[in-house]
Amino acid sequence: MRVRPKLMALSSGLVALSLGLAACGGGGDDGDGGDGAGYNAAIENIVNPSDKKGGTLRMAISSDIDSTDPGNMYYAWSTNFVRLYSRMLLTYPAKPGDEGRKPAPDLAEDLGTPSDDYKTWTYKLKRGQKYEDGTEIKAADIKYAVARTFDRSVLRSGPSYFADMLDAGDYEGPYKDKNLDNFKGVTTPDDYTVVFHLKRPFPEFNELVNFSGQTAPVPQDKDKGERYGLHPVSSGPYKWEGDYTPGKGGTLVPNDQWDPSDPHRKQLPAKIEMIAGLNAEELDNQLLKGDIHVDLAGSGVQDNARKTILTDDKLKEQADNPVGGFHWYLPINSEVVPNVECRKAMIWAADRDAIWRAYGGDVGGDLATSIMPPDVDGREKGTDYYTKAEKGYKGDVNKAKEALQACGKPEGFEVTMLYRSDRPKEQAVAVALQQSMGRVGIKLNLKGYPANTYVTDQFGSPEFNKKNNVAIGTFGWLSDWPTGYGYLWALTSSDAILPAGNINISMMKDKQIDDWWDQAYETEDPAERAKLYNQIDDRFRSEAYVLPGVYAKSLMFRPDSLKNVFFHKAFGMYNYSTLGVE
Amino acid sequence: MAAPIEVSGSDAEAQPEAVLSGVDRKKIQGRSLGQIAWMRLKRDKVALTGGVTVILLILMAIFAPVIVKLFGHPPNEFHQELIDPTLGGPLEPRGGMSKEFLLGLEPGNGRDLFSRIVYGARVSLLVGFLATLIAMVIGTTLGVVAGYFGGWVDWVIARTMDVFLAFPLVMFAIAVVGVLPDSWLGLEGNGLRMAIVIFVIGFFSWPYMGRIVRGQTISLREREFVDAARSMGARSPSILFREILPNLVAPVLVYATLLILTNILFEAALSFLGVGINPPTPAWGSMLTQAIRSYQIAPYFVIIPGVAIFVTVMAFNLFGDGLRDALDPRTGR
Repeated sequence: MRVRPKLMALSSGLVALSLGLAACGGGGDDGDGGDGAGYNAAIENIVNPSDKKGGTLRMAISSDIDSTDPGNMYYAWSTNFVRLYSRMLLTYPAKPGDEGRKPAPDLAEDLGTPSDDYKTWTYKLKRGQKYEDGTEIKAADIKYAVARTFDRSVLRSGPSYFADMLDAGDYEGPYKDKNLDNFKGVTTPDDYTVVFHLKRPFPEFNELVNFSGQTAPVPQDKDKGERYGLHPVSSGPYKWEGDYTPGKGGTLVPNDQWDPSDPHRKQLPAKIEMIAGLNAEELDNQLLKGDIHVDLAGSGVQDNARKTILTDDKLKEQADNPVGGFHWYLPINSEVVPNVECRKAMIWAADRDAIWRAYGGDVGGDLATSIMPPDVDGREKGTDYYTKAEKGYKGDVNKAKEALQACGKPEGFEVTMLYRSDRPKEQAVAVALQQSMGRVGIKLNLKGYPANTYVTDQFGSPEFNKKNNVAIGTFGWLSDWPTGYGYLWALTSSDAILPAGNINISMMKDKQIDDWWDQAYETEDPAERAKLYNQIDDRFRSEAYVLPGVYAKSLMFRPDSLKNVFFHKAFGMYNYSTLGVE
Repeated sequence: MAAPIEVSGSDAEAQPEAVLSGVDRKKIQGRSLGQIAWMRLKRDKVALTGGVTVILLILMAIFAPVIVKLFGHPPNEFHQELIDPTLGGPLEPRGGMSKEFLLGLEPGNGRDLFSRIVYGARVSLLVGFLATLIAMVIGTTLGVVAGYFGGWVDWVIARTMDVFLAFPLVMFAIAVVGVLPDSWLGLEGNGLRMAIVIFVIGFFSWPYMGRIVRGQTISLREREFVDAARSMGARSPSILFREILPNLVAPVLVYATLLILTNILFEAALSFLGVGINPPTPAWGSMLTQAIRSYQIAPYFVIIPGVAIFVTVMAFNLFGDGLRDALDPRTGR
């Protein structure tokens, strides 16, 4: 510490003063003259339509992507972003409104054709589709892409539906068995036909194929396992220039091998910069100025920017406040808190009003009852268990204390709570729960971890949770596809528990719920299936495995320089595959 | 005609202090270094202001619970009914400052900022003092050994000090906080975290003290009284303890005061980066982080923890400077 003390003291004082003065200086008025299309305009319409090419699109995230490997990503924003450099068998149309939620053919000529028993699904590949190096994409590449998702010791972060559903015996993935013919879950009768073989009937299979990047073709001879994400081979309008650098980002440049008849993507910017690790406040500042065009996380601006936008008419016209489709909720780990009455105590004591405020009050979302948000097909609102979805509800200290008595811990207990350290709203939720549960003696030790490792290595790792006594944590979930299965299976089925990237964080091994899941496979009628899903949701809550939070509304900002921007209902944020900047 | 001052017997020369001390008979006596220093300090208004402020801050930290009980609300208690649910700012103007909330409300959760500042002083001062104590012990020991014995001992210690001074303290602190277990040596949770912070800061600021002590020791060991002691047969340990160390008290005290302020700033920096004391315990540095996140919603909030840090650090600085001037008027000025 070589700086002289007087200088340090003086400079700290100056810093404090100048920050104060800057704050008094007031909000940004850096509007470029043009009026925004109007508040909430991008929810149903495409704002600033344009087909002009050129310019550099700058997209930033405050932490980092969970993985750039299309087979290894799970965050909704990642599966949105991957479309820039990957095409899949099926994908979401690039359209606002409900049209954007239906699966559509991408590399496949059409949606998959099921067998009568819904256990075999056949897809026909378009011909002449090429990778960035000119090689043609064949059925074997799709088979390989699906096969590699079976090895969770290599690819730890992505969805696990294929490994759970396909009839592949005890196949362990291509890293342990290089001969792809031994993978029976997917067969390729010829170079342009892909057939999936399921263990159980599953009428929603097209939705499953559609939602992730896991059917993006991967050439077996170019696969590098965990390191493939450093330069995934592109089948989309852009390709990585050099490697992606974890923690810093990378650059995407146009891929001339991409087929422009692709209806779901555009190739407008001359360059796309993806910037990782940018501080959330700084990101918002640059976003409001238009130096950055997109906040990749898609969960809305932070507190300062929210105030600036809502109190400035010009800025407000460039903002949207859609219902995002996410539910920010908090799973309770039943391995660390095995007694249901202790879990009930935690839910009773929780200050729901503070959680609602932490996400931004009216602009942040609505208090939740069921875990499935309102836009899931056939979802019912459900009953409040051990809490109230009412504004101003601060928890019930007396009921919490009664529950503590019932679970044999009248003085309370001490556990750990996790949150994502790069998300200030989640930190505020954590502090609020620490305070409200502390009223009845439940002591929460707060620990923050960055978003890109949170689900893979910390909260989504049963071993980590056990070792660190993690009982509860902030979390959020968007439907993998808009049915109860797509929302709840990964959260509640005992078959869904994984050693890394686990979404059944509550560690539910509930026989009744597992039975209902088995029943769902046998049920053909969607309305009957919806009934089962509602029952599962109800038991998820009645057995105190979860603290409901808020159905998210995000306040999102789109600079005027951003073209073709619209809110995509399936991703719960702006669509990233058709943006331009000219 | 004014009566002349009566000077008793043998004290022939009139001392200026005697003239000024009034009509009372006073035996003129030689003043010790401490007394002379104290008189000089008393005349230095700036240093006195600093010293008084330091004492007030210490009292504030010690009596925090009483002060908060009388003038504020518990520091971790939420008051969200006074906060706008959508924008997050206090509903009342001027940041919610009132008789109930002397410094207003924290945005978002509505906690009493006055209480949090008062309790925050505990963390800053406790860490500042204890870390400095560690630095003093290590620094004085190694500095004296290096300065007195010279040769390769000096060389090794001096180079070690260079390495430590070049070390990026903050990065090391972040790394240490990340890997340390949840309980260690019987401490856990916030107690352990506090201990780690104190230890890290103390352990890395000892060279600051070490260098000063080494320099002072080198100049002292050449002085006549050391030669005199040696010629009378005194051995090194005795020389160290009876001749050198007593003469180090003054500079060590001065630089300890200045080191405290450096360490308070270190603690604030660590809290600011999120590796200091855990929430919900108030600490000025982490309050500053929160303030920056909400400067649009509550602009006054940024100033409050910053001013607290500034005032504390300046107080120690001015007092320390004054102390140094009082003890050795040849330096400074």
